[in-house]
Amino acid sequence: MPDATGLELIGQDLGEAVLETVFFRNQATLIIDPASNRSVLAALRARGYSFMSSVHGVDYYPEEPRLGVIYELLDMSRVDRISVKLRLHTDAPQLASVVPDLPGDRGWATANHQEREVYDMFGVIFEGHPDLRRILMPEDYEGHPQRRDFPLGGEPVIFTVTESDSMGST
Amino acid sequence: MTPVENPEISEYRRREESITLSSIPEQLAEAGELTHELLTLNFGPHHPATHGVLRLLVTLQGELVRDVKPIIGYVHTGIEKTAEDKAYWKVIPVIERMDYLAYYFNSMAFIGAVETLLEAEVPRRAQYLRVIHLELNRIMSHLVWLGTSALDLGAISMFWYCFREREQILDLFEMSSGQRMHTRYFQVGGVIEDIPTGFAAKLSAFLDVMPGRVDEYGALLNRNEIVLQRLRGTCPLDAETLLALGVTGPLLRAAGNPWDLRKATPYSSYGDFDFKIPVGTVGDNYDRFAVRMAEMRESVKIIRQALDGLPEGPHMTSDRKIALPPRHELATSMEALIHHFKLVTEGFRVPPGEVYYPIEGPRGELGCFVRSDGSSKPARVHMRDSSFVNLQATAPMVEGSYIADMIATLAMLDPVLGGIDR
Amino acid sequence: MEIKREPIDGEGLRVRGLNSHQLLRGGDLEGLNAPAHLEGTDFEKFVEERVLTTTLDKAVAWARSNSFFPATFGLACCAIEMMSIVAGRVDVARFGFEAFRASPRQADLLILSGRVSIKMAPIVRRIYDQMLEPKWAISMGACCSSMGVFNNYALVPSDKFMPIDVHVPGCPPRPEALMHGVLKLQKMVQDHPDLGWRERYEAVGTEEVRPGA
Repeated sequence: MPDATGLELIGQDLGEAVLETVFFRNQATLIIDPASNRSVLAALRARGYSFMSSVHGVDYYPEEPRLGVIYELLDMSRVDRISVKLRLHTDAPQLASVVPDLPGDRGWATANHQEREVYDMFGVIFEGHPDLRRILMPEDYEGHPQRRDFPLGGEPVIFTVTESDSMGST
Repeated sequence: MTPVENPEISEYRRREESITLSSIPEQLAEAGELTHELLTLNFGPHHPATHGVLRLLVTLQGELVRDVKPIIGYVHTGIEKTAEDKAYWKVIPVIERMDYLAYYFNSMAFIGAVETLLEAEVPRRAQYLRVIHLELNRIMSHLVWLGTSALDLGAISMFWYCFREREQILDLFEMSSGQRMHTRYFQVGGVIEDIPTGFAAKLSAFLDVMPGRVDEYGALLNRNEIVLQRLRGTCPLDAETLLALGVTGPLLRAAGNPWDLRKATPYSSYGDFDFKIPVGTVGDNYDRFAVRMAEMRESVKIIRQALDGLPEGPHMTSDRKIALPPRHELATSMEALIHHFKLVTEGFRVPPGEVYYPIEGPRGELGCFVRSDGSSKPARVHMRDSSFVNLQATAPMVEGSYIADMIATLAMLDPVLGGIDR
Repeated sequence: MEIKREPIDGEGLRVRGLNSHQLLRGGDLEGLNAPAHLEGTDFEKFVEERVLTTTLDKAVAWARSNSFFPATFGLACCAIEMMSIVAGRVDVARFGFEAFRASPRQADLLILSGRVSIKMAPIVRRIYDQMLEPKWAISMGACCSSMGVFNNYALVPSDKFMPIDVHVPGCPPRPEALMHGVLKLQKMVQDHPDLGWRERYEAVGTEEVRPGA
């Protein structure tokens, strides 16, 4: 990890895209403005963080803005990790996808399936993604299961006291 | 029957319904089609060659694969959402069942993340025991890979040999924890129980035998004409493309990049052990196969060193806020009783924060992201599974090769659908 | 256990012979109240009902039970333990079941091993429908029998969409446990060849129709 001062320097370099820097348990995090995710990632890539480990989503319910998207970056030559986090509202869940190659900004091919998973589970819509459809749930499923207000579901457990109430199985 | 003029009907359907007696090439030429038709074939999800329920939409031109689209989600179990509903202690059995061949690794990633949040100290004996079990699991995962891959290629007897060794490893797991698979052996703060008497002797006997067995597998497969023809030179992919796709583990090492988290960022006392990282040169299927065989040998070395250097000490942290007190204390100490009660009913509380803890699994980087909101249940658990990301490399690998090469590549990719679908 | 031995006396042996003669011909012991009286076809039928002879049904049931062709249907962790029963330690080939068939048309036993997600359930059902009668299903593991460890939105218990003959609990069940389940099925098929799911659900002579068809 870059240490706390290194993190602050990176934060200052990237300017107003970075809303906050967090150094917690020796792990460095930049909290950024969602509109500039591509530019921040490109700048970090230029600094050496060229491997994207993971793209995942979080639901911060009941804090607003609710939906979070986290990019984990790794610099293999210096063995350094940094996380980039951003927050979105559920009524405006659009985010620029980091997958496609744009002129002057090479995309991150590894984010393909991972962004689809974030879309499937949380409902974040990645604009510019080559193939944004559900990946884990059936294609016509309604709802985004890993949001915290989505019920866990499941079958009622049949105990001996409740056996007569339930339909049971043959 | 004349088809109704309906703009909704596709060109394909209209052609189907207006069959004429003229031969097909003329029809195609009339319609202005290509002279080679691309055929889209559906592989799976129920198919003897896919490892688990993986569905592939393969677009073929003759026997050449032009495009592969993996469709997953057929074993999606909602593990991450189930984990949000349970206390941290209870999440461990749930999260173990994700990548079902690397259950110690799944629990290690999650427990590492929780221990980072708690800033808990893990005693050295527990760390060494964890390393022993992790490396045994790595050998076991590679054995199952070898058995099933050889089965796919047609070398059916390898299956029985590999599973014979696997049974020995599962006997060791049963000795230490009571279960063969999904053992719940790792706990937050250490391991649940110290190893019983006889474990060290049995493990030592196994380690004496194992390198000879790997030699036997090598003797069967390494110079086998069919294995060489099917694996050598098929579906290579260079390290740069693999890095762009996020691939880690034996696939990346086969392409020449020696990235291994056990060496780069040692966790759980891996820095104490002396072992090599096998690296391939070309990055074709044969290199992937050879890298995993060599990794089995290196794992044996690590376990031998861990066993010989196993330090004395507690197997679990003595912080009673996170670890259960030993049973005999419950009869004498009131505090122990209260701690036990709180831990079993509510569980320990973890200070709020978010961490990402990556380890080196048998298929690559296995990371666990845990977000805690201060309560006794995690607010978000995400497993960054290696197979999920590695699967994206299938399409670039098999493009332009034959279907049989695609089957061999899938085998060498070692996808475990439990991890992919979670 | 002490074994008592008595010398055979000629009288006792003769009495036993006469008794069996009576019983076999429809009388009771010593022919007191009902003397032996059956003749001809009645006698044959009487003997057949009491003495174990091989009828065609029983022979076929014996053959079927000793040669299940399981369909390769590994879904998740239980599939690894299912592979273990094919391996050397718990050798399923001892019983004749090692011929795992990939095509459901050639298989007659579906060992559902692993968790059935909602995306997979219609496919499992389709595979089961493609199998030819007589067919059996074993639900292996806790996840497909009940919901197992994961009681959530993503899974379906297998009883909801297909008839199961044997449930094997465990997570995952040991290979010996699965073997016990398969042998239980074998005994079921052997002893009660008519106890298929059609009899249990009183659906003999019916076929299933898709809703809305």
